[in-house]
Amino acid sequence: MLLIPCPFCGPRNESEFAFGGPVKPGRPDPNATSNADWVAYLTQVPNPLGPVQERWWHVRGCGTWLTIWRDTRTHNIVEGPADAG
Amino acid sequence: MQVDRLPQGGRIDRSRPLSFTFNGRQLSGFEGDTLASALLANGVHLTARSFKYHRPRGIVGSGPEEPSTLVELEGEDASANQPATTVRLRDGLSARSVNCWPSPGFDLGGINQLFARFLPAGFYYKTFKWPNWHLYEPSIRKAAGLAGAPAEPPAEGHFESRFAHADLLIAGAGPAGLMAALVAGRAGLRVMLADEGIEAGGSLLSRKLTIGGQEAMTWVSETVTELAAMPNVTHLQNATVWAYREHNYLMVNERAPENPGLLERNWRVRARHVITATGAIERSLVFGNNDRPGVMLAGAAQTYANRFAVRPGKRAVVVTNNNSAYSAAADLRAAGVEIAAIIDIRRDVPDAARALVPDTEILSAHVLTTALGHRHVRAVEIAPIGGDATRRISCDLLAHSGGWNPAVHLFSQSRGTLRYDETLASFLPDQPAQNTICAGGAAGALTLAEALRSGAKAGARVAGVQAPECPDADDLPYAIEPLWRVETARGKAFLDIQNDVSVDDVHLALREGYDNVEHVKRYTTGGMGIDQGKTGNINIIGTVALKQGLRLDEVGTTTFRAPYTPVSFGAIGGIRGESVVLPYRHTPITEWNLAQGAFMYEAGARWRRPGYFPRPGESFQDTVNRECRAVREGVGVYDGSPLGTFELKGRDAGRFLDHLYTNVMSTLKPGRCRYGLMLTDDGLILDDGVALRLDEHRWIVSTSTGHADVVNSHMEELLQTQFPDWNVFITTVTSQWNNATICGPKAREVMAALEGDIDLSPETLPFMSFAEGTVARLPARVVRVSFTGELSFEVNVAPRHMRALWDAIMEAGAPFGIGPIGSEANHMLRVEKGFLSLGHEVDGTVDPHDLGMGWVMSKKKPDYLGKRSVALRRAGDAVRRELVGVRPTDPNRQIPEGAPLTPGGERKPTEGLVTACVWSVVLNRWVGLALLERGASRHGETVHVRLTDGTIPAEVTAPIFYDPHGGRLKS
Repeated sequence: MLLIPCPFCGPRNESEFAFGGPVKPGRPDPNATSNADWVAYLTQVPNPLGPVQERWWHVRGCGTWLTIWRDTRTHNIVEGPADAG
Repeated sequence: MQVDRLPQGGRIDRSRPLSFTFNGRQLSGFEGDTLASALLANGVHLTARSFKYHRPRGIVGSGPEEPSTLVELEGEDASANQPATTVRLRDGLSARSVNCWPSPGFDLGGINQLFARFLPAGFYYKTFKWPNWHLYEPSIRKAAGLAGAPAEPPAEGHFESRFAHADLLIAGAGPAGLMAALVAGRAGLRVMLADEGIEAGGSLLSRKLTIGGQEAMTWVSETVTELAAMPNVTHLQNATVWAYREHNYLMVNERAPENPGLLERNWRVRARHVITATGAIERSLVFGNNDRPGVMLAGAAQTYANRFAVRPGKRAVVVTNNNSAYSAAADLRAAGVEIAAIIDIRRDVPDAARALVPDTEILSAHVLTTALGHRHVRAVEIAPIGGDATRRISCDLLAHSGGWNPAVHLFSQSRGTLRYDETLASFLPDQPAQNTICAGGAAGALTLAEALRSGAKAGARVAGVQAPECPDADDLPYAIEPLWRVETARGKAFLDIQNDVSVDDVHLALREGYDNVEHVKRYTTGGMGIDQGKTGNINIIGTVALKQGLRLDEVGTTTFRAPYTPVSFGAIGGIRGESVVLPYRHTPITEWNLAQGAFMYEAGARWRRPGYFPRPGESFQDTVNRECRAVREGVGVYDGSPLGTFELKGRDAGRFLDHLYTNVMSTLKPGRCRYGLMLTDDGLILDDGVALRLDEHRWIVSTSTGHADVVNSHMEELLQTQFPDWNVFITTVTSQWNNATICGPKAREVMAALEGDIDLSPETLPFMSFAEGTVARLPARVVRVSFTGELSFEVNVAPRHMRALWDAIMEAGAPFGIGPIGSEANHMLRVEKGFLSLGHEVDGTVDPHDLGMGWVMSKKKPDYLGKRSVALRRAGDAVRRELVGVRPTDPNRQIPEGAPLTPGGERKPTEGLVTACVWSVVLNRWVGLALLERGASRHGETVHVRLTDGTIPAEVTAPIFYDPHGGRLKS
């Protein structure tokens, strides 16, 4: 079970979070993007062997959506969420 | 009769005899025994039959490494496949051997031994492949199988889980673990020390060594006493650290915790640091018939003599490739076992070793080629290395040692890397991946003095203190010359005793191209037993290395996975009864519902709602019809509290809702509500619901019951990750607002009879509007929405007022015949109206156009979630399934919900499915909704439901059966 650093609550067990999936590139302007690019945006989820940027929702905690970099080979959290204050 | 029990010594309590049953035989042992030690004390040596060939087997080990004797416990502690060496004896215990019938002494399956030649590795895969393996698997499993799972959960007691945090978790309370705990505990660290044994001491329990000039066990008991006095130290015995996961998260299975009602407890420990002091496991030597009863690991024989005061044989031959077996021989001799000879494969036997066993014949540079005897070993044949057998020595105990493997399991599970050490001829921990330190035998410190020092060093390193001086300890140095198998072996030489994997099987696998050690493992099943090859895997690696001319580190190990030893499902589950982890959610009306005899349904998101309110003598359908009729003809009321409710506040709330819903919300006037659909960005329906505008910057959004959490997550993710600068705050108010929904043509009359100050006239409070005021003298918000198609007033109040409101409604409504309606009636009423239900018509594949709701897709808004994707999909010409109504041609024929529609009812690909089918009290017939390919253009056609026992023809209609223009709900 991962130990996820919540910027508000400190390191907490994974079981307090819901997985939000890897972070996709920003949502393109739907009125100014090709069909192919739009489909790629919807369907292509980063799945690297190595660090991946991903989101977690601290649903059983403070409710924050946070973003971390996790290495898929080791589970090491190589970069924590930006400090929320 | 405990014929082989020594008159004194051992860590057993002779004043507490225990009686137990093994394969129906009454036997006795003492407190402190394991089942294995008690069996040996009673002279029971033939204790099992092997997995595949049904060969007679005895007890090989003395702990969790046991590869041979598995038992099934019966009665109150029923459980399957327990190694006899880890079963703690208790009075009344009843056990039987697995894998033999009728008994290990007379086993009908033993005939397999005759066919052993025809049962090589992969035999079953190769033979039973047509038409497919699954046809044969059940009967083969039964023939080869181990014990079955208990049929019932334990009659008494329960399992639990517990979380814990520690500065330092130490796995193993042998010399290294105790020493580490002592140093770290004295330094004030929060220490958890867990050990799999019944008592602390590890290898010291089995041996006769001294620490600081006194008996080692005296040092153990002094250390345990000192640790017990430290409030910062938690010391668990009979507790196995069985899994080492990411971020220093470990599982500890504590058996028989000191609580009579508790069977087992699974600790989930998050530790800053971990010391694995898990010792070392003795490995087998691989010679012919190395599985006969009476063939035992030397360390195990020593354990039985020293710890359990059991004489495991009368005349022993000891075979070894290292020094440790000499101390075993010495202790066996002290226990009255005659040592016939010591066979040592090494050319040079150290004098220190020889000195332990004076006047004993030691044959150096010799190997053992085969063990003779069938149901018990009676002699061995020995040979000089590389030569033919020259001599036969009779014995009834063959104690062998192939060396010691550091127990690197936990370290490896933590993703630490291993390296092969030539001096120790074993794999050792190399680079840790987490905050892990190995100490003692687990780190290759195989003598007592080294183990103590390495434990002290590890504890000191974690605590950041100077390592203390360690007491002196006497122990032989460990000197090994590896031998992976005896090349001149005669007879089956087993690498994995539990799974009956022999040297020939591994050679066959290599010949057939399975040359990766992971493939060898899976093809031969070597190392895949309950013991996970603790005594034999290294020999498989060695055998592969020898055959391929590789070094052991080039072959590598198979992956060490959790659990280290078997863990019961109960312990993993803990208390997962519904009342503990996932409690049901109730509204203030639950008690009333139950008092009315409501049949309760699970309604999603752990809510329980009344399904229907049966009256005496009514059938299910009678009840539902009565409730529906009440709503269509008079008045009914239901508790709508579980609907997901969110309050949105902020300057950008309207803009946010415009992004979220397909239709425009921001133009809504305060006091009004609007129905809307939420799509995901891939253009599929996420949820439907109603938004209320309270004032310029405050909204209430309601969602379906089961999707409240999903919608909440969705909204928060958008706000926090995509629009962090938008001014919107979301508060979940599902449990802050309850509501009673009064519906039916007489609803307004009931409302009028309740004391309140809200003008209920359709002019002031029209459909899709709301008003705040009082109802039944309670502060309330009354919303005119309808999920039944009838005039409805949804009266929202605070939960503390809900019951009073409900009682007032029942009283005021009594003259109008009001009654409660359950979710069955609600379902029927909404199907008659063609209203959507998430999970029925909205199944994650449809978009609004499919449901005939293209009007809800705003054309004005340049962007909202799902717009682009729906447009993209519509631009293609793919055939879509569209919502239609269906009327079975036979009005009395019900269509099962979910039933497929196929062209002509023939065996062809489906063209749709029936999503709902109810008895309409208005039309007096069955009616349904369906998703049908190009359904919108097929009204009037006849379609066919295809069932296993026939077809049901039905007419396609518009998906609405009642009040198509909505005059009633707007009244």
